[in-house]
Amino acid sequence: MSVQFVVNGRKVEVDPPARMTLADCLRQQVKLTGTHVGCEHGVCGACTVIVDGEAMRSCLMLAAQADGATIMTIEGLSSDAELTPLQLAFKKNHGLQCGFCTPGVLMTLHALLTQEPYASEERIRDVLSGNLCRCTGYIPIIESALEARAAYQDQARSAQA
Amino acid sequence: MKLPDFDYHSPTSLDEAITLMATPNARVLAGGQSLLPIMAFRLAAPSALVDLRKIKGLDKIEITQDAIHLGPMVRWRDVERHEGLAAALPLLTQAMEHVAHYQIRNRGTVGGSLAHADPAAEFPGIAVTCDARIHLAGANGKRVVAAGDLFVGPLETCLQDGEIITSIELPRWPQARRWAFEEFSQRRGDFALAGIALFYDLDGERRAQNVHIGVIGATDRPRRLPGAEAALNGQALSDEVIAKACAAACAEVDPPTDIHGSAEYRRSLVGTLLQRALVKASS
Repeated sequence: MSVQFVVNGRKVEVDPPARMTLADCLRQQVKLTGTHVGCEHGVCGACTVIVDGEAMRSCLMLAAQADGATIMTIEGLSSDAELTPLQLAFKKNHGLQCGFCTPGVLMTLHALLTQEPYASEERIRDVLSGNLCRCTGYIPIIESALEARAAYQDQARSAQA
Repeated sequence: MKLPDFDYHSPTSLDEAITLMATPNARVLAGGQSLLPIMAFRLAAPSALVDLRKIKGLDKIEITQDAIHLGPMVRWRDVERHEGLAAALPLLTQAMEHVAHYQIRNRGTVGGSLAHADPAAEFPGIAVTCDARIHLAGANGKRVVAAGDLFVGPLETCLQDGEIITSIELPRWPQARRWAFEEFSQRRGDFALAGIALFYDLDGERRAQNVHIGVIGATDRPRRLPGAEAALNGQALSDEVIAKACAAACAEVDPPTDIHGSAEYRRSLVGTLLQRALVKASS
């Protein structure tokens, strides 16, 4: 089946079998292996990508369902060699150790803070409950998110001006 | 695990979807947030998935004078964002805050939740408590089922092979109605170990009338608690009356024991949650 979508600003056309999830399609057919596949049944959040502006679990979505969608994966977060404020905050605050859950965490936070730059700490904690981390612990992740939040607020303000 | 193989269809009209659903062992794909996991676990292996995403109008929220109509493809996110719903049916929006995680809420649908029929899910519980009417369409025509009759057991509904949920109709509320929703889960976004949804109206002498109490998570399907309702109907809500209703609720549930909690614990939890809900609703 022919499926077309835009991923990180690039138009792609793929031919996934019906049973292929978007996560596997991105990794195996589009060769974007930054999206990680953890539990494959929608619990861990490692495979989170942004579809049409909203964070979604790419293991709970068929590649076929992404036809016509605009997708952002972790590879699309920084457009050049420079890290974004979100990535810098994770680096500075030790928001990752093994890094397996990190792409999903960053995609979740990028979607959240883009839509809700003034999200409270409670809201951030609530949203992050959909992403499991088994080594870093959540405190440095939340500290990173809170630090990066200011940059999203600046962006929102300059977009308004 | 990877999903078992199936044929994928994305029809653009309901008629076309109904025709495709005649395939033996075909299943409707709405948001896929429950169906795809149970397929990954091989608890379901449909021959075909009929995706409703291209059929226009199925994601509409309509509030009329008498009822709220939710299309089956309305997502939790849509319920959360809708401006009129919280005022029209506050119990619904309050309960929906407990549904799943952020990413799931962006895809999961109300129709999918009903068809999946998880006994611990919030929306089926609200549908049963609020006397929702479920509109169905299939090869043999259309019919309407009361939410209380829709659920037969865990992950089991009275939907016939090939039938599709086309709309969920929830009656509108009088402004002064008292209501509350309480649930307990071990982590945020997890399924409830037990939950209580309730509402009642006060008569001229401040006695509870028209008491509706629904329970989730502690029974094999969402259901009302007629014993507890009877203990409250026509009564002013004193501590003594509330205690009686809670005792009746504990006696009329038959909870399962699993790794998350024993039957005794869940039974006791039902009483505690009902007590909290009644205190909240009456204050």
